[in-house]
Amino acid sequence: MASNGASALGAAVPEEVAFAQPVPQGEPILQVRDLVKHFPLTKGVVFRKQVGAVKAVDGVSFDLVQGETLGIVGESGCGKSTLAKVLMNLEPATSGSVRYKGEEISKLSGAALKAVRRNIQMVFQDPYTSLNPRMTVGDIIGEPYEIHPEVAPKGERRRAVQDLLDVVGLNPEYINRYPHQFSGGQRQRIGIARGLALKPEIIICDEPVSALDVSVQAQVINLLDQLQKDFNLSYMFIAHDLSIVRHISDRVGVMYLGKMVEIGTDLEIYDHATHPYTQALLSAVPVPDPTARETRDRVVLEGDVPSPANPPSGCRFRTRCWKAQEICSVEVPELTVRPGLKLLAAHDSACHFAEEREVEGTAQERQRGPEET
Amino acid sequence: MSTSVSSSSAGSRAATVDSSDAPLLQVNDLQVEFRTRDGVAKAVNGVTYSVAAGETLAVLGESGSGKSVTAQAIMGILDSPPGHITGGEILFKGSDLLKMGAEERRKVRGAQMAMIFQDALSSLNPVHTVGAQLGEMYRVHRGSSRQEAKAKAVELMDRVRIPAAKERVNDYPHQFSGGMRQRIMIAMALALEPDLIIADEPTTALDVTVQAQVMDLLAELQAEYHMGLILITHDLGVVADVADKIAVMYAGRIVETAPVHQLYARPAHPYTRGLLDSIPRLDQKGQELYAIKGLPPNLLHIPAGCAFNPRCPRAQEICRQEIPRLFQVAGDDGTELAGRGSACFFWKETLHGE
Repeated sequence: MASNGASALGAAVPEEVAFAQPVPQGEPILQVRDLVKHFPLTKGVVFRKQVGAVKAVDGVSFDLVQGETLGIVGESGCGKSTLAKVLMNLEPATSGSVRYKGEEISKLSGAALKAVRRNIQMVFQDPYTSLNPRMTVGDIIGEPYEIHPEVAPKGERRRAVQDLLDVVGLNPEYINRYPHQFSGGQRQRIGIARGLALKPEIIICDEPVSALDVSVQAQVINLLDQLQKDFNLSYMFIAHDLSIVRHISDRVGVMYLGKMVEIGTDLEIYDHATHPYTQALLSAVPVPDPTARETRDRVVLEGDVPSPANPPSGCRFRTRCWKAQEICSVEVPELTVRPGLKLLAAHDSACHFAEEREVEGTAQERQRGPEET
Repeated sequence: MSTSVSSSSAGSRAATVDSSDAPLLQVNDLQVEFRTRDGVAKAVNGVTYSVAAGETLAVLGESGSGKSVTAQAIMGILDSPPGHITGGEILFKGSDLLKMGAEERRKVRGAQMAMIFQDALSSLNPVHTVGAQLGEMYRVHRGSSRQEAKAKAVELMDRVRIPAAKERVNDYPHQFSGGMRQRIMIAMALALEPDLIIADEPTTALDVTVQAQVMDLLAELQAEYHMGLILITHDLGVVADVADKIAVMYAGRIVETAPVHQLYARPAHPYTRGLLDSIPRLDQKGQELYAIKGLPPNLLHIPAGCAFNPRCPRAQEICRQEIPRLFQVAGDDGTELAGRGSACFFWKETLHGE
């Protein structure tokens, strides 16, 4: 295979190289602080009474730096898609702040909100339902210009749309076709072209490849990568496929039940995870290498994710955690660097007992590709 | 179509199976087409594979490759019309299912072979309790009374480790979580202790941590009952974890068969190779991912010759004219590798990675 010696080399990446990795430095373009989104649960028809709340996002903080890709991983129901919607201001935040280049945007409305939204665009998961079947590709990609006419004057719009089609690798002559005439991968390219139309600085990708076939996923990932280089975009990349997130992300945040449990560079998270949930999640991912079958060390978690309407007290992961102690049910662990952790293990982790897991066949081992026998 | 290739293979775990016996299930040259208004879509074009008792065969393929349609044909649940089986045979314990009458097949289905579907929420009936749906198996096939059936249902739910089975037997499907629903699907498939289970993407709709639980349970039960398992999936990771042997499908044909370790180590078909190469790997971070160019073919217009030729980096003139049969794959010293076949004219070059 092409990976011959290379995969062995990959496994032996020395730690110093890890530090040399180009983690984008610079101004955070998006600052999120203590963001909360609760969906009220009500009872009664006439006198609607709030009886509780689904705590979809419950105090999330992070920075997005210009030009970087921040991956967000987590299981369904952990609030990653709600987080995306709140950032876009598609759902109003319950509390907390979202700053775009220093400007508070979570309370904006009207023209001011419209201006900010131009710079934050979204690519959706399902290319079959996110494109209007009655509109031509030209209309779909050109629609943002109707809302923001200052970006492209009327006469130039067709030209602009054709350029966009070219950029995402579709034939510009397809401008008058309808979505049903395209395959899944091509539709996702149309969705990406629409996201690019207003020349945004941030693109939030919510599971952009999970609806696509395996052989097409790689094409779309490569396209996103290329566009980032060409247009200096910042991505927030939400996905549940951990290997794809690792490939594309500079930093990765892990969410569980509305909270960010761990965040760090890809090496810190994948090879030096300190939160038990991250460790379990990484160990549960099936590895495309049958030789790892016997040697793999897996943590199989018991039970399911608890309901976000009634999350456990203290640490939300404690009901499934093998390290849980008295303190975990009382005190909510802070997302911070705990003392005593060295080198790459020293990154933000929300666990009272954060430490690396010592196992044979570490994450590096598991990430290795199939080898020659 | 070569028939010997897949039948003689023995994976690591299948070594414990007495492979001298005829396989549990043998599919020979199966052909299925869908007659639609736009034309005839040839979904399955001569598929041959076999499963022995206790063995796990993984059928790997993308959407539209015919992997699920083959399974539906085996189970006898193909929607007809528009689906029609136009050729081939499905030998289950030596007798051809396609020659059986509807009543005979009904006795086989459920009792001797069962299927687990992808989406448990849409496969379970929302207006009946799970207890009633589990018990139905016993009432229909075994003629049990309501009470007996319910007792059996509780037993089954215990066996797939649903907590508090006795209290939950009267709950409806929507009251269970995704992982629990999939356990109920597995329980339903296991009810009459079938010899063969077909699992169609059993964990695709589940989260990673739950997926691991469900796959473990399935493997454990399979070993306990010594069942044959056909696992249909597109996830190369899941396959590597549980399969004994693999059949890779593309555009309605099997393009490669191999024991699991050999397939991952040395693929003999460019499509398999492309799939393996497009998995993101640590040492390639920051570089472009390998991507198979182009798109899967439209089944109404399958390319002439080898269906993969428009996307294949190795395609030559012969690939555009002739459909490659499943060639026996041989090792470096020329000895035939048991259970390995590749439908590529250039399997030798692909195997050696030239």
